[in-house]
Amino acid sequence: MGKKLLLEKAHVPGIRNYDVYRREGGYRAVEKALKTMSPDQVTEEVKKSGLRGRGGAGFPAGMKWSFLAKPEGVPRYLVCNADESEPGTFKDRYLMEFIPHLLVEGLIVASYALGSNRTFIYIRGEYAWIVDILEQAIAEAKNNGWLGKNILGSGFDCEIYVQRGAGAYICGEETALIESLEGKRGNPRIKPPFPAVKGLWDCPTVVNNVETIAAVVPIMNITGEEYAKIGVGKSTGTKLISACGNINKPGVYEIDMTISVEEFIYSEEYCGGIAQGKRLKACIPGGSSVPILPANLLLKTAKGENRMMNYESLSDGGFATGTMMGSGGFIVLDEDQCVVRHTLTLARFYRHESCGQCSPCREGTGWMEKILKNIEYGKGKKSDIDLLWDIQRKIEGNTICPLGDAAAWPVAAAIRHFRDEFEWHVQYPNAAQNRNYGLAHYADPLPVVAAPKA
Amino acid sequence: MADQPKLFKVTIDNITIEVEAGTSILNAARMIGGDVAPPAMCYYSKLKGSGGKCRTCLVEVAAGSTADPRPMPKLVASCRTNVMDGMVVKNITSERVQDARKGVVELLLINHPLDCPICDQAGECHLQDLSYEHGAEGTRYEFPRRQFEKHNLGPYIQLHMTRCILCYRCVFTADQLTNKRVHGVLDRGDHAEIATYIEKALDNDFIGNVIDVCPVGALTDKTFRFKNRVWFLKPEDAHCSCSKCSGKVTLWRRGDEVFRVTGRKDQWGEVQDWICNECRFEKKKTSDWVIEGPTKVSRHSVISANHYVDTVKPHEALPEVMGGRNPRLLMDIHSISEVNKPEIDLSKIQGPAHSNDFKKSEKPKGQ
Amino acid sequence: MAQFSAEKLAKVNEIIARYPQGKQKSALIPVLHIAQEEFGGWLSAETMDYVASILKIEPIEVYEVATFYSMYNLKPVGKYVFEVCQTGPCMLNGSDDIIEYIKSKLGIKVGETTADGLFTLKTVECLGACGYAPMMQIGKHYREHLTKQKVDAIIDECERNAVTNN
Repeated sequence: MGKKLLLEKAHVPGIRNYDVYRREGGYRAVEKALKTMSPDQVTEEVKKSGLRGRGGAGFPAGMKWSFLAKPEGVPRYLVCNADESEPGTFKDRYLMEFIPHLLVEGLIVASYALGSNRTFIYIRGEYAWIVDILEQAIAEAKNNGWLGKNILGSGFDCEIYVQRGAGAYICGEETALIESLEGKRGNPRIKPPFPAVKGLWDCPTVVNNVETIAAVVPIMNITGEEYAKIGVGKSTGTKLISACGNINKPGVYEIDMTISVEEFIYSEEYCGGIAQGKRLKACIPGGSSVPILPANLLLKTAKGENRMMNYESLSDGGFATGTMMGSGGFIVLDEDQCVVRHTLTLARFYRHESCGQCSPCREGTGWMEKILKNIEYGKGKKSDIDLLWDIQRKIEGNTICPLGDAAAWPVAAAIRHFRDEFEWHVQYPNAAQNRNYGLAHYADPLPVVAAPKA
Repeated sequence: MADQPKLFKVTIDNITIEVEAGTSILNAARMIGGDVAPPAMCYYSKLKGSGGKCRTCLVEVAAGSTADPRPMPKLVASCRTNVMDGMVVKNITSERVQDARKGVVELLLINHPLDCPICDQAGECHLQDLSYEHGAEGTRYEFPRRQFEKHNLGPYIQLHMTRCILCYRCVFTADQLTNKRVHGVLDRGDHAEIATYIEKALDNDFIGNVIDVCPVGALTDKTFRFKNRVWFLKPEDAHCSCSKCSGKVTLWRRGDEVFRVTGRKDQWGEVQDWICNECRFEKKKTSDWVIEGPTKVSRHSVISANHYVDTVKPHEALPEVMGGRNPRLLMDIHSISEVNKPEIDLSKIQGPAHSNDFKKSEKPKGQ
Repeated sequence: MAQFSAEKLAKVNEIIARYPQGKQKSALIPVLHIAQEEFGGWLSAETMDYVASILKIEPIEVYEVATFYSMYNLKPVGKYVFEVCQTGPCMLNGSDDIIEYIKSKLGIKVGETTADGLFTLKTVECLGACGYAPMMQIGKHYREHLTKQKVDAIIDECERNAVTNN
């Protein structure tokens, strides 16, 4: 049984309400921070914890905080990124829905560390009912003196506001989120300047994911040093994984990053195995943007080692044979799923969500979707597969924001590992309309690479 | 000492220059000139906030600075990245850049109608130049090209949305030159378009400048629509006394007839002085203007055709890029032909060149 | 022209007060949500001009934003809008069949509204309910783990509610 830091109390009846949350030890982190520590000491504690941003990029959170510019007389802002939109990811929603005070508590501590007197939670517009839950939690916190003026006599003032988006995946990108918060189109900004220098209303700003902020609470409670002892290597602490697709028990799980992928999929504690007793074909372990892996490469690395559920092990082998931890959106495909069709839905998603600002992404995402549609519906040519590869290559790395990469990687990985299936679609267009390629050799054991490259 | 601007040394394509701190890579490259300057479809030095979007100006940063000489992992938009002291940049010397640029051009063209034969911008279109220099010979795109509903922007400005590359220049122009913007970018992704939402005419005094900043034929002059091809017209610098603007324009005439009026553009295609709508659209008689003389036209432009005086030879940076070596010619045309002798400058000859101009014994006419 | 009630106007002013002086444009997205709820489930040009006047910005700034975000309806929609997710994880769990079923049941195509003005069917991209797939959003709430039986029940429920509310 793995250690739980975030969801330990999530199922205590009534935990959504302030009284229960407080009785269960809530808001101790705020007391500790505001009464006994300076803002810099809080930042230092988060640095020590090794906490990495949980939104997808995995950048060390403490380091991000320490980059925040602090010019005299200029307000600073903390913005919580609750624009959870990466297909396969629904962990932040779970946290906010079940234990909203954890986020509010984390935000107060983080606001104190960063000196943000006006903190915003930017939540995706579709999560409309969660806005009510959060606003109620904020009101309760305020009534009990955890928000407002001179909190706990520390001289620190803070208000938290919830702002709804209105349907745009791109607003999960931090500068697009800031633009949206300013009442504009969600066009990502061209960096530099980075938000740490010029963010919301041109003031220094930190944007952190919901889970990252929530993790600040246990870090305060058990100290950064203790937090860093959980997990392995640079993957410290616990991580929420939202598991979905063809598994017996989809849901949100908190793991301590020491378990293997195999255990995560098959153990009763987590996903409970593949649905209907089928076999595992492929998996996207970190949200739709990260590379898909066939069963064999998912469970074992190219070196033949067990693949573990942490940042380092998932990315072992680079994109050639590895993938990424990403946002923790774990999408499982069983043997009867079609990789081409799945890739098509993702390509359609990215075309739909491209902001249209820069040319490679605006034009390239639509082109990829059209070609994939042809292949899926039996109108593809063999040369289309190479063309797809070439288009994704021309998008990747050449766009303003990471959406270009996010659109390119799923297509690239699908072709890299499932080329046979694409070719089969092209060669037998009629058969491909009626049945799927199946598991094929994608779960066969791989020859172990004798001497892995240094 | 405090007034001394801080100078940064930057090396672009093997050529080192010193520029003021805060200069973008693109502007540093423009100071060197010639092929070293990356193409720019969305950046416009006179429009604040422009740039970064089209991705044609991507360059490779081989060394970030003297202090931190690590290369930048991704190609960067040279128009929005400032130089650092000791930075090393590769543009035409980087295969990665050439490959990426070719990709961007291909993507810019997949939904472009390629209707140059009926487009008023042809001949002065930056997308045409870009495609000519960096594009592929054919397209790999096999789908119907994007269509838009037509919008009427009033009596002066013609919008062809299918040609637009969404550079946002016209949006910045309206924001920065006029007090009320009525057009903008609507919708998103591959359906984003320049429009007014509800049919509205663009009628601000300076809104005509959107025509000059548009790098393609998306916004053209309705009063010049289908009237002539730009290379059949003679551009001349002219001025008038105008209460609203500087009155400094380029007049495009054929004989005595004024076909159109535009702002004067520099070698990068940027307007030097914004002009008002009245000068642009209403003053269509030669008597409205004081003509200063022929506009200098680059010899590489199609507009220099039939242009006998004042063509400009663009700066040739290649020998410098190659460390002083000249590109080796496989065959020098002058070694077998008497025509077009290098010492004879055609643009100095009055009127069309004549075979006599090239006769060895005779001195060229007009000298 | 329609205007916000005093209560809604107070809500709008409360939102504007969250931002520093002069940054009232930041309220645009939340205010458009309120406007859409208040004025028949969609945003007409008139509604958007009204929002622009409240926030003291140009109408084009409102149009630019309203056309960017997918949750704003720029044309009239039915009383109940079924927004069915069709992205990867939902597709793996049979969202294609659910969409087909709703189409045949309501007799409309994606993007259309039934003749009685009761239902509009839309397909949307990932709504963050991948573990509870297939799913759709109706108004403020999610309906998850959809089956054909559940869809039948939802349609019945909507029809009943429509009768009692009128």
